[in-house]
Amino acid sequence: MRHQLAFQVGPVAFRIGSAWRAPLDALASLYAAYPAPEGGICDFTVRLEPEKPWRRWLRPSVAIHGDYILPDAAPLPLAMGLLAAEMGMNLQMALGQKRFLLLHASSAEKDGRALIMTGESGAGKSTLAALLGERGWRLMGDEFALLDLDDGRLRPFPRAISLKNGAIRVMESEVAADRFGPALEGTPKGTIRHLRPNQAALAGMGDSAKPALILFPRFGEAEAVRPVGQAEIFMRLTQASTNYVSLGRAGFDALAGLVGSCPSAAIDYPDTDTAVGLVEDLWREAA
Amino acid sequence: MAAPRYIADPEGALACVALDGLSVLFHAPSGMTHIVAPPAPEILAALREGPADVAELLARLQAHYDFEDEIGNDVVAARLDELEQAGLVRRA
Repeated sequence: MRHQLAFQVGPVAFRIGSAWRAPLDALASLYAAYPAPEGGICDFTVRLEPEKPWRRWLRPSVAIHGDYILPDAAPLPLAMGLLAAEMGMNLQMALGQKRFLLLHASSAEKDGRALIMTGESGAGKSTLAALLGERGWRLMGDEFALLDLDDGRLRPFPRAISLKNGAIRVMESEVAADRFGPALEGTPKGTIRHLRPNQAALAGMGDSAKPALILFPRFGEAEAVRPVGQAEIFMRLTQASTNYVSLGRAGFDALAGLVGSCPSAAIDYPDTDTAVGLVEDLWREAA
Repeated sequence: MAAPRYIADPEGALACVALDGLSVLFHAPSGMTHIVAPPAPEILAALREGPADVAELLARLQAHYDFEDEIGNDVVAARLDELEQAGLVRRA
C-alpha cells in the first residue's frame, strides 16, 4: 500500500494501509503514543482503498478491506477516512479474533480488578469507561473486552475511544484538547470524535485484571439498580460477543467462569455523574 | 405400540453449568448453547445410564433426586419432548 502505519493495542497489533495519506495522518496523531508491534509482527491488516481505481481522485470514497471483509459494507467519503480505519480495526477483531472471547463491552481497572460494562449502543458504556478513566480508574477499553480463554482474566484493549454526540461535550469538559481527534460530522451514528486514552491506560496496556463486577448501564432513565439473574447475564453476554459461537466449548467455559464468579447489576441513570456514583457504590459492595 | 425409548449423548458431549437455579448447557455435537430448568438437566444425566422410556426415566429420577415439586409421567414426557426438539435427546 502507498501509506502504512502499524501499532500495538494491548495484545493485538494492527497494520493499516491506505491509498490516501490523510486518514493515516489523523490515525498517526491519535495513536502517536502507542508502541510498535511486538517483534514487528501484525495480527490484523486493514486496507483503505478506493472502491474503483478512479475513485482515488474522483469523489474519493474509502472501501474497508483487510484480512476479513464484509462484502456489503458501504464505502465512506474520504473525509471519514479515520472512521473507516477505526471500523476496519473493529471488523478485523470481530471477525478474526480467536485468542480471546470478545465482548462488546467497555472495561476499566481499579485495585487490580476489572469492571465490565455492556449494553446496547447509546447505553453509555463508552462514556462511562472514558469518565472513569479520568477519575482514578485505568481505562482498559471502550469497545471490546477481551476475556482470556486460558486464565479467565481480562486483557486491556485501549483503542482510541469513540465518542458520539452528547458524550463528546461530556469528555471535552474533562480532558485536554490535544487528546481529541477531529470531529466527524454526519456519520451514520451522528457526530463522532475520537479520544486518545490517557498515559495510565497506555502504560498499562500489558497488564491484565481479574473481572470483579459486570454492569448493564442504561442512560436516560431515573436512577435505579436492578438485580439480573446469572442465566440472563450469560445469555446477554453471548449476544454481546462477536465470536462466542465460533469459539465453541472454549467460549462456553470462559463465559460460564466469568458469570459464575462476578457479581452484577443493571443500572439506570439520568446523567453521567449519577452513573459514576452508582458504579463506585457497587464497586465498594463487590470488594 | 411400545412406549418410545430415548437416549442422550454421552457425558463428554455436554457441558452443564448451574447458574441461579437454571443451567446453561453447551452441546458439543451441535455447538449450540441452551438454558434449561429442572428437571431437564437431571433427565439428561439419568438418560446416560442407558435408553429409557418415560416410566423408566421417572423411576430413575425419583431414585436419584429430590425435586421441590412432585413430578409425574406428564412432566417427564413434556420435558423429553422439548429436549428432543432442541436436539439434546433422541429416540433410541
